Amino acid sequence: MKHWRLYIRHNQGLLVAIALFALFYGAYSLQHPQGFTAALFNQNSNECFALAMAAMAQTIPVLTGGLDLSVGAVMTLVNCLASELLGGTGIANVLGIGACLLAGLLCGLANGCLVVYGRLQPIIATLASSAVFIGLALFLRPAPGGAINGDLAFALTFDLNEALVASGSGALTGPLSAAGHIPTTALFALLMAGLWLYFKRTRYGLETYAVGASAEAAYMSGVRVQRVRLIAYGLSGFFAGVGGLFLALQTGAGNADIPQANAYTLNSIAAVVIGGTSLYGGAGGAIGSLFGALVLRAIAFNFRVIAEDSALGFLANPLYQPLVEGLVLLGAVSLGAIWVFRIKNKLLVFK
Amino acid sequence: MSALTDALRARAQHTEKSVWYTLASIGLILLLGSVYTLSTSGTLSFLTPTYLLQQLKIASFLGVAATGMMLVILLGHIDLSLPWTLATSAMLATALGGWVALPYGLCIGALIGLLNGLGVAFLRVPSMIFTLGVNTVLKGLMVVFTGGFAPRSEAPAWMEGLAVGSALGMPNALFAWIAVGAGAVFILQRTPFGRYVYAVGNQERAVFLSGIRTQWIVVGAFVLCGICSALTGMMLAGFSHKAYQAMGDDYLMPAIAAVVIGGTNILGGRGTYLGTVLGTLTIVLLSSMLSVMQMPEAGRQIIYGAVIIGMLLVYGRQQEH
Repeated sequence: MKHWRLYIRHNQGLLVAIALFALFYGAYSLQHPQGFTAALFNQNSNECFALAMAAMAQTIPVLTGGLDLSVGAVMTLVNCLASELLGGTGIANVLGIGACLLAGLLCGLANGCLVVYGRLQPIIATLASSAVFIGLALFLRPAPGGAINGDLAFALTFDLNEALVASGSGALTGPLSAAGHIPTTALFALLMAGLWLYFKRTRYGLETYAVGASAEAAYMSGVRVQRVRLIAYGLSGFFAGVGGLFLALQTGAGNADIPQANAYTLNSIAAVVIGGTSLYGGAGGAIGSLFGALVLRAIAFNFRVIAEDSALGFLANPLYQPLVEGLVLLGAVSLGAIWVFRIKNKLLVFK
Repeated sequence: MSALTDALRARAQHTEKSVWYTLASIGLILLLGSVYTLSTSGTLSFLTPTYLLQQLKIASFLGVAATGMMLVILLGHIDLSLPWTLATSAMLATALGGWVALPYGLCIGALIGLLNGLGVAFLRVPSMIFTLGVNTVLKGLMVVFTGGFAPRSEAPAWMEGLAVGSALGMPNALFAWIAVGAGAVFILQRTPFGRYVYAVGNQERAVFLSGIRTQWIVVGAFVLCGICSALTGMMLAGFSHKAYQAMGDDYLMPAIAAVVIGGTNILGGRGTYLGTVLGTLTIVLLSSMLSVMQMPEAGRQIIYGAVIIGMLLVYGRQQEH
């Protein structure tokens, strides 16, 4: 019994994010004229995936007490790179995907080197490096374009059956046939979540939390702080690379879109906060951020289905959407501030 | 004579490293630009007073915005709501029109700053996320206000005069920057508030224990930052004859970069206004040189980022633990 209470208290942020997602997505699917169908699920999971990856990417540096303002820029760079590499067939595409993921990882490691060996503040180092990444993306794609192999894109952004057919085996039949309609992106999200859970259980995962809680204490306990930070930024780049690769598959093109890159970066921070990760580092996790991203997207979905004659009908007007999104974000972070009013010793307020 | 050189030497030793490096890079940019124009058109257009005055005019917009950002960064905070504070003030002020728009616009900036300050100081939400939220809310409000279209109202005559007019051979925008800068230097060096800003940036706990209500220092700095953003917004509206949606987007990153290149510690507590001025000039001259050289956008972004990283690697590194 006690064990459960402890679990709930430790994962408050994650549980709140899951509950919010269930609430908003439930409301959306109930009001949707077609109801909850496989096609709808597929469409929605494709709409969520890139932001979910950006949010997971942002989480790891935040856990070490840093920040990665280049998440959107790395996504854009990998997006443009993919649009150059994924036009072929078969083995060339597999190598291309590998190259894209490697590029994301390298960008992340470059950030890590600036922070660890350059001893620059993460905010400003990643702010400056994002200009370089965007520049490289613009160099690859001065104008939006590129041709991505359509079969590959379709297989990886539709459902399990499609992916299986494309890979040579047949679609699922018999009792498993329902599972064939699971969107590929949902499976990839599960894969990424699994990767994070595995990382969290390794020594480096544990040390990530230790460094975020107190770098000095971690150092004194023999944690190789520099290496942990380097890995955190590298992994962040990798996750951002996955997001960028997906953007290329989804849109079928490369686009060095600076406002879009900024939007992904800023929304990734919002998703991390909604998912219960402390911006001071040391507490939270990437699963929370995944759900934080889903919450942000699910709120936006609701604007599509609100009935115009209901009490909230004015919200059907898309003009109100940015305002409500902002208010939700501001409200969510302010709710997290309630602890300030509960503590008795005023000194504890100053971290 | 020797007393004078001693004094100068002492002064030089106390000047931050960043000042010398930014001065050197400004010189380097002007030199490279001159070599380029000399080799292509045989003129020294980078060294003509017309060009330099024009650059100072353009730098004034960024300079005013960077002044407010510097106050907040000195506290160890950051204001990511700058783009839409700027745009909101400009839009509402141009919608009202007339001279009364000036105090009106500044009040809007101050109110937004007050909101930011209250959230950061009393709710203890990290400034990065709170100001980001305020930015989104302001954007949403303005989308509702304008109906998603570009605002139709034109900037009043005084805004255009402030942005593009000139007096005594100097652009008016430069006078505005000088006034704001003088105000900032006075506040930072001659008022208790200014000293407290540095102190809070160093160790807020200690300042609180000395009996100072640090929360109001934070609120005050955010209000001043909001006012600076609002002034930048109205100057920009005058420059382009009207306010428009994305007018502030190109000012957030350069403003932060100008402050940090100028040697202000992003964690707060250390930095000079002279540094911010030189940082602003470095950034404006750098982007001007790249445009003159007709560098494509890709190259501009790469060089811009690389220069910031390079300069910070030279003098902006943290102490090793």
